[in-house]
Amino acid sequence: MKKRRTHLGITAAALVVAGSLAAIAEPGDTSASQLISEFSAQAGSAPSAARGEALFMGTHTGGKPETPSCTTCHTNNPKASGKTRAGKVIEPMALSANPMRFTDSAKVAKWFRRNCNSVLGRECSAEEKADVLAWLSSI
Amino acid sequence: MKNYMKKSLMALPFMMLGLTAPLHADERMPVVTDELTKAECSACHMAYQPGFLPARSWKTIMSTLDSHFGEDASLSEADRSAIEAYLVANAADAGGRNSWMLRGVGENDYILRISEMPWWVREHRGEVSQRAWARAGSKANCTACHRGADQGWYDDD
Repeated sequence: MKKRRTHLGITAAALVVAGSLAAIAEPGDTSASQLISEFSAQAGSAPSAARGEALFMGTHTGGKPETPSCTTCHTNNPKASGKTRAGKVIEPMALSANPMRFTDSAKVAKWFRRNCNSVLGRECSAEEKADVLAWLSSI
Repeated sequence: MKNYMKKSLMALPFMMLGLTAPLHADERMPVVTDELTKAECSACHMAYQPGFLPARSWKTIMSTLDSHFGEDASLSEADRSAIEAYLVANAADAGGRNSWMLRGVGENDYILRISEMPWWVREHRGEVSQRAWARAGSKANCTACHRGADQGWYDDD
């Protein structure tokens, strides 16, 4: 009986360890390079950092008037912190300045969906996503 | 009668105090305790305490997230409805201590910005310098001046 209890204890401890490992691993379910490959495969074209830079730095008219550009909040230096329109700091977008960027696929999908709609008034294509990520991970 | 009047007169200053003490600024605003609400709202701005707005305001805000003060702040339907339920349950008209914040707000007023609530306007009128506004950048940036705002403290003005 005693032995069995010990066994259960070990099993429980192992489950706890496994659970916390899973919790730690969860946000890192992807990487910039993995996302770039996936998006370019979807698009059927090679990613272009130059196109990504043009999209990120450009001023657009299709979206909401308050947010004509990615730079409205992220500034024109992706290695620096940005600021939301409500005054909150946004961590740098450039992978070199912020290694945690693009490691959570759900987060990437959510913010592309929201921000492309805010800035462009539509979703971004797979090609555009690959381009922007290619630029932000190359600088 | 005389005694009654005397008592009333003595009570008058306290009554006036109760009627006009607008801010209860020394009291702590009940903070956001729901983790999902905290995480999602504070992605862009301080997670404002739900007691600042009536339920009908929160419902409107939460049903127009795709155009949220000039940005798309849309959520999955599961997250959206869970956050709305929390905000509504803790709204200014949910029966808590914050019902005084509804003074001057008509039943059909759908105020969506906390900074347009009559008490907010009253409290900030003539109080904030141009420099302080410039530093804050936005009326949505409570913590620029109220350092403990996200912990419910606004008595540092």
